[in-house]
Amino acid sequence: MTAPRRFIVGALGLVLLAGLWELYKLLGPADGVVLAGVTVLPRTSDLAMPHLWVMAGRALEPVTGAGNAMPLWQAVVDASLFTLGISAVGWLVGVTVGLALALLMHRFRLAEAAVLPWIILSQTVPLIALAPLVRRWGTQIQFGAFSWESWMSVALIASYLAFFPVSVGALRGLGSPDANHVDLMHCYSAGWWKTLWRLRLPASVGYLLPALRLAAASAVIGSVVAEVSIGLRGGIGRMIVEYAGAAGGDPGKPWAPIFGSVLVGLVAAGFVGLIGLGLRRFRRGEVAA
Amino acid sequence: MKHRTRWLGTMGALAATSALVLTGCSTGTTSTTSTSGSGVDLVPITLQLQWVAQAQFAGYYAAVDQGFYKDEGLDVTIAEGAADIVPQDVLAAGDADYAISWVPKVLGSIEQGADITDVAQIFERSATTQISFKDKGITSPADLKGKNVGSWGYGNEWELFAGMQKSGVQVGDISLVQQAFDMNGFLSGDIDAAQAMTYNEYAQVLETKNPKTGELYQPSDLNVIDWNDEGTAMLQDAIWADAGKLASDKDYAANTVKFIKASIKGWIYAATDPEQAAGIVTAAGSQLPAGHQLWMTNEVNKLIWPSTNGVGLIDAAAWKNTVDIAMNTKNETGATIITAEPPKTAYSNEYVQKALDELKADGVDVMGAGWKPITVTLTEGGK
Repeated sequence: MTAPRRFIVGALGLVLLAGLWELYKLLGPADGVVLAGVTVLPRTSDLAMPHLWVMAGRALEPVTGAGNAMPLWQAVVDASLFTLGISAVGWLVGVTVGLALALLMHRFRLAEAAVLPWIILSQTVPLIALAPLVRRWGTQIQFGAFSWESWMSVALIASYLAFFPVSVGALRGLGSPDANHVDLMHCYSAGWWKTLWRLRLPASVGYLLPALRLAAASAVIGSVVAEVSIGLRGGIGRMIVEYAGAAGGDPGKPWAPIFGSVLVGLVAAGFVGLIGLGLRRFRRGEVAA
Repeated sequence: MKHRTRWLGTMGALAATSALVLTGCSTGTTSTTSTSGSGVDLVPITLQLQWVAQAQFAGYYAAVDQGFYKDEGLDVTIAEGAADIVPQDVLAAGDADYAISWVPKVLGSIEQGADITDVAQIFERSATTQISFKDKGITSPADLKGKNVGSWGYGNEWELFAGMQKSGVQVGDISLVQQAFDMNGFLSGDIDAAQAMTYNEYAQVLETKNPKTGELYQPSDLNVIDWNDEGTAMLQDAIWADAGKLASDKDYAANTVKFIKASIKGWIYAATDPEQAAGIVTAAGSQLPAGHQLWMTNEVNKLIWPSTNGVGLIDAAAWKNTVDIAMNTKNETGATIITAEPPKTAYSNEYVQKALDELKADGVDVMGAGWKPITVTLTEGGK
């Protein structure tokens, strides 16, 4: 598909989604669809599902009634940029650590046996248990002019989620070249580093790109959740919690930061797309991580 | 050289990411270190709140803004709370000098080994209520039987359970519904009786349009079960200090008196000028709409003023009532908050008494006998 066509299809998807929302709101039962006591589809009241134009209109109004308040959309964009920045730090750290671990595990069989189970175990630790610990340890770190800021705790938690797909994906990617290709490198008497650079790294791109995309999504989710968890001011997560109370009297308002977080996710995925564009030469079909 | 340019593109994407990284850094460093104008060395103090900036903590923000802490030689930094931050744990870990928390929540932490002391009971009354629409006919805890009853849990449920058990309603007799941050569950009828703080959720309901009338919901549409009236109110916002340091560190003990003194001055400021106090909290970064903020300031003032014994003084009977409920009320799993009486160090009137004496000597009214709440008119969405 050509680029403009893809864009049009993407936009059509959005319109379809918006149409579905309004259509369900118009035709759906007022009390939602309840099957065996469990609500499967939401209520269609203005509180539960505000009209899209209510959300859009609210975004153009000031955040609060105060005279100097900025428009809601601007506050959301500011918060989105803040969260995006933290997610980017988390993503970079996570990708670096993930790649380093993958290389280590690939180089030393012993390391793989020792480290891989722990990497998988690491993802079973719930974020809400981890966040306050990270924050508490962070406040105790201080040397010279450097002192640990709360946003670093959030970035660290984001990287904790981001490194996992990268390490697993890269490990599979590094091991993916055919045996005859590896044998060829042997015949050339290429060393481990040379084989890595000429054969294994290019071969791993197809595995790495989906892993990077997954890492970007994880970093964004990690940032938003960690912001809620430790209360970092300025980002989307905190905004979601703070606006939640307005759901009754001002139903359009809580949706604004939700769209903001969608925006952050899209931009993050876009960055990974750019990287994929740069590595196009090495892509021979992608393998889901 | 085609190859090389592709790599450049990749590097460009990475560079763009790094640029974002830097934005994250620059906006993230908003440390709040204040410098003393007079050149006197101020003692740095961190106060850990139990939630984000809002008028519930107006007195402390006012004391910072008006320089009351500085007058006492303290440089106070207020650390906001969050979903997973437990103020008493932060205090016990030594990451804060003082913390604001509810007594029943801390009693549990004390039994688990946290060595901390209630040094000033700022809120004399409880703000927790259970509200319901008039047509549900729930006017007393006994009426909750067989109803969908909302609660936030996490230690916010004990007054409700105590009130029910006092009226012979067991936890198994109601269907307990986990309540979210908003009141939509209540407004849509999923929850018959919802938990509501007088200073927050109650106002959220009154800021919502009644679809039947097209007007805002009125207090006359609601039945309110007030735990102060039912006799199962528990002590809420108190100032907690490190018990070990109070005993061993003379400076910390002296600073505690100063901290309480300046905090009380902040609360007096909030009582005499609620509009200004609400503005200070908003300026400190609270996202609440202006009308809602003022309502909260006014309602929080009602929890403090007029004071029975002097602001912050811990009433032995009220403390005993809270402890009794904490020992004897069972939740849905049959557990109680604590199993034995808390240690003697759990509360102390020594420091707040000194602070009150000093304030009285300065001619400050710490009783507020003549204090009257203002009338706040709520608008849709609290704007």
